[in-house]
Formats: sequence, structure tokens, C-alpha cells
Amino acid sequence: MITAERKPLDEILSYIKPFKRILLLGCNECVTVCAAGGRKEVGVLASGIQMSMLKNGASIEIREHTLERQCDPEYVEELVPIIDSADAVLSMACGCGVQQLATRFKDKPVFPAVNTKFMGGSDRHGVWTERCQGCGDCLLGVTGGICPIAKCAKQLMNGPCGGSVSGVCEIGDEVECAWHLIWERLKALGLTDQYLEIMPAKDWRAGGGSGPRKIVREDLAE
Amino acid sequence: MKTQSNLEKVLSGGHLAVTSECGPPRGASAQTVVDKAKYLEGVVDAVNITDNQTAVVRMSSLAGSVLVKQQGMNPLLQMVTRDRNRLAMQADILGAYALGIDTMLCLSGDHTKFGDHAMAANVHDIDSIQLIQMVKGMRDEGKFQGGAEIKGVVPKMYIGAAANPFADPFELRVMRLAKKIAAGADFIQTQCIFNIEKFEKWMEGVRKMGLHEKCYILAGITPMKSVGAAKYMKNRVPGMDVPQELVDRMSGVAKEDQPAEGIKICLETMERLKEVEGVAGFHIMAIDWEEKVEEIVKQAGLYPRPQV
Repeated sequence: MITAERKPLDEILSYIKPFKRILLLGCNECVTVCAAGGRKEVGVLASGIQMSMLKNGASIEIREHTLERQCDPEYVEELVPIIDSADAVLSMACGCGVQQLATRFKDKPVFPAVNTKFMGGSDRHGVWTERCQGCGDCLLGVTGGICPIAKCAKQLMNGPCGGSVSGVCEIGDEVECAWHLIWERLKALGLTDQYLEIMPAKDWRAGGGSGPRKIVREDLAE
Repeated sequence: MKTQSNLEKVLSGGHLAVTSECGPPRGASAQTVVDKAKYLEGVVDAVNITDNQTAVVRMSSLAGSVLVKQQGMNPLLQMVTRDRNRLAMQADILGAYALGIDTMLCLSGDHTKFGDHAMAANVHDIDSIQLIQMVKGMRDEGKFQGGAEIKGVVPKMYIGAAANPFADPFELRVMRLAKKIAAGADFIQTQCIFNIEKFEKWMEGVRKMGLHEKCYILAGITPMKSVGAAKYMKNRVPGMDVPQELVDRMSGVAKEDQPAEGIKICLETMERLKEVEGVAGFHIMAIDWEEKVEEIVKQAGLYPRPQV
């Protein structure tokens, strides 16, 4: 999933300061799963904004709403009847959702209420880690199912650097050495000879190195 | 001979090679580079010029190498994949060769987290093994990494790589060396050796795969200036293995005698390593202690350097 974290309240307030009526918009997908921008977080943020306004003797009208998917035009259309009841939109979706809104409602200011972080998964309750950088040419088939691009701090493709100690990356205690993990997996799978194959320099075009990427499925596109 | 490199001549002549390093300054003074390099004149076969080591901005390795070359010495250009993409690196390789530099060391580089620009992007367009492949492709096939032909003069670089026998997983470390050699490394400079037994064990694995016959291995040596330095390397530098007994030995002598004890340990280590089959020379990393290299080389019986 795409993970996100809520922005500091002061930053959010700085965006919405000039406006009287706000549409605070959650998303029911990834940001709900990672507890950053779903229905519940929309409610919490709305209260936080109201309390802060009250403290400063100001007032603001906040309309709370959560879409099934903010990155999908089909769901964004749902906003047409209500969009003009707000002066600005504060989106709690990832950057994809924010941009979907900005593209659809060209004259409406849209602000992000979260920082989009990474594509990852949950390690345990309340903890998410990065798993994929969307390089567009998946290597997992030869690295034992563990990604050196996303999980090695130097995205080394041919083995661990000299800073790997006891399974820990040189950058710090919390980070596991990706190549240590890969090596353990290759051992468990009886595939250690695979390590000797040199992985050639990567073609980053697939990973966004030559501009924004696009997928067109002729069989589906209208 | 693959290149005109002095280091290649020394190694292929069967001599124990000696290299050392000169870290460029955190400013634009050419004189600082010259002064530091002067300590190594006539004492080593090549002088490594580090490339933003520990991810701290310094004068470029290329500029440092040219300054050292102008003094009549043989620079060994270090290049890390952390700071530049393949275009920039190949451009520098062409430029370096045009300026008389024929020996280089291919590294991935310390993470930016350790340096003075922790907020900078880690580039890593390619990794150190892919850098070795790229330099070899330029030299042996006359081609850029992207496939186009190099016009006119082809950069003939003698290619070095690093190896750390003390990092984990230990069992992978010989295979990692094999990969670097397969990619095209002609010589290796190892991490500083303090744990001799572990190094010997690694070399056993190296010999078992016949890797010592495919590439020259220079054993990394660092004299410890003080017990503080020993403790720092033991506890604070990832991938360094300083046995407790060496720390104890350093702390067992008076503060003013510690530098001499550090040199003594270093010389004992070198004597032992000379006996290890497959060790083709020494890379002396006397960090901020370049003035001691001459004494170490002389006392180790490695002076004068062969004229090849």
C-alpha cells in the first residue's frame, strides 16, 4: 500500500487560514489502512482544527467527507454536488488523490493534510516499512523475494557493502541489512550460487528516470 | 600489461606493493594537498586520493589526483557511486585519464548519513561492482556503459576495488570478492586489518577459490595513534574489527608512548601478513598521520620502492 503520515497541525492551519469553508476529504483506501487519512482521521483532524480556531477566537466551517478512492475519477465525481459549498479542499489522501482533485476541480484550491511516504507493508500493529520503490523491472525473482532497491540504503544490486554488521545496516540499529536478509533467504532456498551472477547496471527508465510513467492497457482503455 | 599504471608494473613484477592515502582538504588549498602528499613521495607506489570520504565534502578526488600527479607521484583516483550518476563518472574517468591518471579504486561510498550533508540524495545509479564493469568496458572494449564507442583515446585504467573481510555475513565475503574480480577488478585494497586470524580465515577462502591468482590483494593497515583511536574504530566504525586485546595493549602503555605502540602493532601485523599466501602488498591508511608512513615502510623492510 501507499503509506502516509499526517502533517503537523500548524502547517495544515497555515494552508487553510485564508478560507472560511473547508471540505476535509478522507480516502477509504491505503491511507485508511495506515491510519493516516481515513474517516476516523478526518474526524480527529476536524476537531483539532476547530479547537485551534476556537482558541484563537476564529471560526471555520468544516465539511467532513470520505471517498472510496480519491485517485479514481469515478469516485471523485461524487464531489460535484458539494464542491461549491467549500472555498478550499483539504485532502487526507496520498499525493495521487490530491492531484486527482486538483486536476478535476481546476478553480478550487486543494491542500495536502498528509505527507505521502512510501510503498510498504505493516511489520506489526502501528509499524509500516518500505518494501518497493516501483523501479518498474522487478528483481525479486533473483533476490530471494527481498528488494535491494527498496531495502538497501545504498540500493546495491550485487551484495552487501562493508558496513553490514550482524545483520544490521551501517546507517543504524533499526535498519536490517537487505543483503544479509537476501543471503539468508538464498541459503534457505539452496540458491546461494545465484549470488555469483553479476546484476548489470539497471535501466532506470522503467523506474521513472526518464520522466513520469504511464501504463496504457489497450484492451481496457477507451 | 593492461595499463601504464606504476602500481600494475610493481605488482606484475612480483614486488610487494605499497600504497597509502591522502585525503583532500575541506577547502580549496592546493598547497595542503601537496604538503600532505610530500610525506609519501618515494615511499609508496601509488597514493589513493579519497572521494568525499565519510560523506564529507572535500576537494574533488580528481583535482587532488592531478595535484599529486604534478608532484611526480602516482595518484590512485578513488571514485564512489554515491555522489554521481554514470554520465558524470564516465566524464570524470575520461578527464582523469586525459590528465595522466591511470589507476583507480571503485567504491560505493559511505552513506550520506555519516557526513556533513545528511540531507543529500544518495545517487547510486550504479553500484561498485557495476562501476568496475563500466571502467573495464571503457578500457577493454572502448565502449561507454550505454554502448556507444569512445572516440579516439580510450582510458586505460588499472582497476581497483575494496574488500572488507570483517563485515557480515562472513561466509559471503569471499564470494563478494569473486564477484568484484569477475566484474574486472585487477587489484584489491582491504579494510584495515586488526583481527589477523579472521583475515587469515578469509584468505583461506580466497585461496580455495583461486582468487589470489586472479587479482592482487593489498592488505589494509592502519597505525593506531592512541587508545582513543582504537576504541573509536572498535565501537564506532561499522565494519571495523578491532580485537579487545589490542585496545588493552594500547591502554596498557602511557599516553605519550601510545603512538609508538600503535606503530609497533602495525609493524607486527605487517610481518605476519607477509607470510600469508596471496597478500601482494600493503595499503597503509595513516589517517591524519601521513608523516608516519615513511617510517612504517622503512621499518617494514619495504624501502626503497622498486623502480619499474
